[in-house]
Amino acid sequence: MIGLQHYLVLSAALFSLGILGLLTRRNAVNVLMAIELILNAANVNLVAFSRYATGNLGGQLFGVFVIVVAASEVAVALAIVLTLYRLRRTPNLDEADILKG
Amino acid sequence: MTPEAVVFWAFAIVTVGSAAVVVLSRTLIYSAFALLFTFFGVAGLYVLLGADFLAATQLLIYVGGILVLLLFGVMLTHKIYDLDLRTETTQLASGLIVAAGLFVILAATALRTQWMSVPRTPAPTTEEIGRLFLGQYLLPFEAASVLLLVALLGAAMIVRRRRDA
Repeated sequence: MIGLQHYLVLSAALFSLGILGLLTRRNAVNVLMAIELILNAANVNLVAFSRYATGNLGGQLFGVFVIVVAASEVAVALAIVLTLYRLRRTPNLDEADILKG
Repeated sequence: MTPEAVVFWAFAIVTVGSAAVVVLSRTLIYSAFALLFTFFGVAGLYVLLGADFLAATQLLIYVGGILVLLLFGVMLTHKIYDLDLRTETTQLASGLIVAAGLFVILAATALRTQWMSVPRTPAPTTEEIGRLFLGQYLLPFEAASVLLLVALLGAAMIVRRRRDA
């Protein structure tokens, strides 16, 4: 019988993979992909709670808002990445250290 | 195993497996295409959870919008004839330790907690979601639309080439 906890563990795995990508990748676009994994993990949790734990649609509505925020986040973040690439000719985050004193 | 369990495990394997490819693959294009399968897997899980509207939204916005944007990002930040789109990883060992520790903590919490249990019988959700958006959740809905407008304007402003600079 598939229950709430199956989904929670699955979402924990997705979240941890996202954190791993966030910590280890150098390429900015790859870091964005890891952030999308984290947002998807949060969404799976919200929908699973809506199905098994609260009995109403609140979780799914929050899921829609998370998707909206993810869309605007990726648009702005890609604009920043493209500007960074134009200035420094590199997509690697650890080379963007102009502000370092 | 019940049919529901079979479908759940199939989608779970697709989702987590392709997410691992996203994170661990050394080629950027492979990561982007593996992300496609992760999004499809998550959409399948939404269907399994009775969230039909959210599954359709996931396909339209994540697969049709965000993934295409990310592919644009991949193309525009590499020289187009540079076939070898390799990306290095840094601090792989310490990152693995942190991620594994986090997973153990989260999974233990999920399994040991006594969760509230009020199951919702699966039913079509679109009409009810529409009512909630234009009723109880009207203010967050309007705020989200303003956020989208501001984010798109801001993105266009950031990448614009300034004449006066």
